[in-house]
Amino acid sequence: MTRTQTTLSQTVDETLHPVLFARSRPPRPNALSASLTFGWRALLKIKYVPEQLADVIGIPIIFTLMFTYLFGGALAGSTGEYLQFLLPGTLVMTVVLVSIYAGIGLNTDITKGVSDRFRSMPIWSPAPIVGALLGDVGRYLLASTLVIGLGLVLGFRPTGGVVGVLLALALVLVFAFSLSWIFTVLGLIMRTPSAVMSVGTVVLFPLTFASNVFVNPQTMPGWLQAFINVNPISHLVTAARSLMMHGTVAAGQVGWVLLASAALTALFAPLTMYLYRNKRTSARGGVWRPCTWGCWYTGYPLS
Amino acid sequence: MDSHADFAIETSDLTKVFGKTRAVDGVNLTVRTGSVYGFLGPNGAGKTTIIRMLATLLRPDGGTARVFGHDVVREADAIRSRVSLTGQFASVDEDLSGLENLVLLGRLLGHSWTQARARANELLDAFDLAEAASRQVKKFSGGMRRRLDIAASIVVTPDLLFLDEPTTGLDPRSRNQVWEMVRAIVVDGTTVLLTTQYLDEADQLADRIAVIDHGKIIAEGTSGQLKASVGSGAVHVRLFDSEQRPEAEQVLSQALGVPVHLESDPAALSAQVAASPAAHKTGERVAHALAELSRSGIAVSDFALGQPSLDEVFLALTVHPTKDHVALKEETI
Repeated sequence: MTRTQTTLSQTVDETLHPVLFARSRPPRPNALSASLTFGWRALLKIKYVPEQLADVIGIPIIFTLMFTYLFGGALAGSTGEYLQFLLPGTLVMTVVLVSIYAGIGLNTDITKGVSDRFRSMPIWSPAPIVGALLGDVGRYLLASTLVIGLGLVLGFRPTGGVVGVLLALALVLVFAFSLSWIFTVLGLIMRTPSAVMSVGTVVLFPLTFASNVFVNPQTMPGWLQAFINVNPISHLVTAARSLMMHGTVAAGQVGWVLLASAALTALFAPLTMYLYRNKRTSARGGVWRPCTWGCWYTGYPLS
Repeated sequence: MDSHADFAIETSDLTKVFGKTRAVDGVNLTVRTGSVYGFLGPNGAGKTTIIRMLATLLRPDGGTARVFGHDVVREADAIRSRVSLTGQFASVDEDLSGLENLVLLGRLLGHSWTQARARANELLDAFDLAEAASRQVKKFSGGMRRRLDIAASIVVTPDLLFLDEPTTGLDPRSRNQVWEMVRAIVVDGTTVLLTTQYLDEADQLADRIAVIDHGKIIAEGTSGQLKASVGSGAVHVRLFDSEQRPEAEQVLSQALGVPVHLESDPAALSAQVAASPAAHKTGERVAHALAELSRSGIAVSDFALGQPSLDEVFLALTVHPTKDHVALKEETI
């Protein structure tokens, strides 16, 4: 640069003044455009911090390898056969775990303070959250590609064909998008991003284990089977398995998953927006935090 | 047109309660369009809470606030399209580069991708950040960060700019740069509301200052009026030998005729020189005090007559709370 030696006051005189006259305001962007812009931001974050996916992707990869080679022979007769059963479940587990990042991202924006800027701008107010969730689809695709790629290397052969795999993936993404509204709520009531991570994991681990991800639930006690039957993750796994292995699926299974997705969105999306709009202050900006039932988790004293 | 309204900000009995604390307690404020207004006060005084209410981030619990004539609760959107907020902490995304941050904001304000990129580059050049354009913001220095924070607030030049502690934590050179930017922004007609903990900063930038403590405005006026209200100056004395301090205290209080304050530094003393319309008389008395010290054989390493610091303004304003709101008159200068 040629200007390195000039003082700032010269810079102010020569270049800053003309730049400041930018008062003409372009028309306000519509809701979709604003959301897509935030989606672009989320994708940029994946570019800069890919390593933050390591823990959520690491777990399913470890489980895939561990279950396939440790238990596969005992559970399904051979490791190869077990992998055919396990991999669609691992895909679901991975994407569901990655959805925690929706809450972590939102919490980070709030604790760092940048969400204050977004909230003070003349944009459709849910755009930062909706856009982030859209951008998360990129994260899900990345994680899914890794899991399916690993499966193919290990010997997974989806007999439902490419279309079956893509349809299964689409269903998993719809569910993950809906589930992530739970984590945006957590992201708004927790004090730190790592608290969101811990609580998210604590909630999701039992949900994914008490399902048909790893084994067929037939040998489990009746009460556990009853839970597994209503656990939407089981239905998602059954549907994904059926699509990936046979290319078809019972309408009821898909219906169940879509119903659960709609219910999650209907309940937690408005709750997210309520909490977001009524946020008292950024976490670092002071001691005042919204103290709703989240205090129970965070250990924050009820005032 | 409302853009030519006389007042950028008008609040009446503005109140915010958090639990049992009245964080903002009946604030009445008017800020003239085109001026720089400073909030001066310690941490937790309520400065940021007032700004957050004015920037439509927080709903008031009582009273009203208008920005360019628009109510902060009912007409939040109208206000958002005329103001910008540079928060106390990150107001840009630390994970993204400087360029990406400005493009993001340009897009959100309605620019096309091409326009947003052009405007971003223009701002990066003007704020001397062109070389760091593609660097992640978390790798910026404190001064660069703050420059980007301010650039981010003028992607579309706002009519009112909130700057919450714009120079806290900056080295003196970066602080001067930020001051120059604020001055440049004001020249172009933007009203600025800034908060600071430093009297010096408010003095440098603000046309009028409100001193805020415990959610209330305890004094309001120009910096000259504020200083005059606490006395024309403060005498600071530092001794070579801290053992002579009791003696020095006696000599000084006799010579100056005011109580002498013992600083936490065991060798330092200070005194508030009483407000006097005749400044030269203060000088005479101070000179006399220095001579008295030397006559008593007390060796002085530092002797200064200066303008009162924020601490002193504060002490003076809170020790004699005649009223909640001390209206200062022009004549006191």
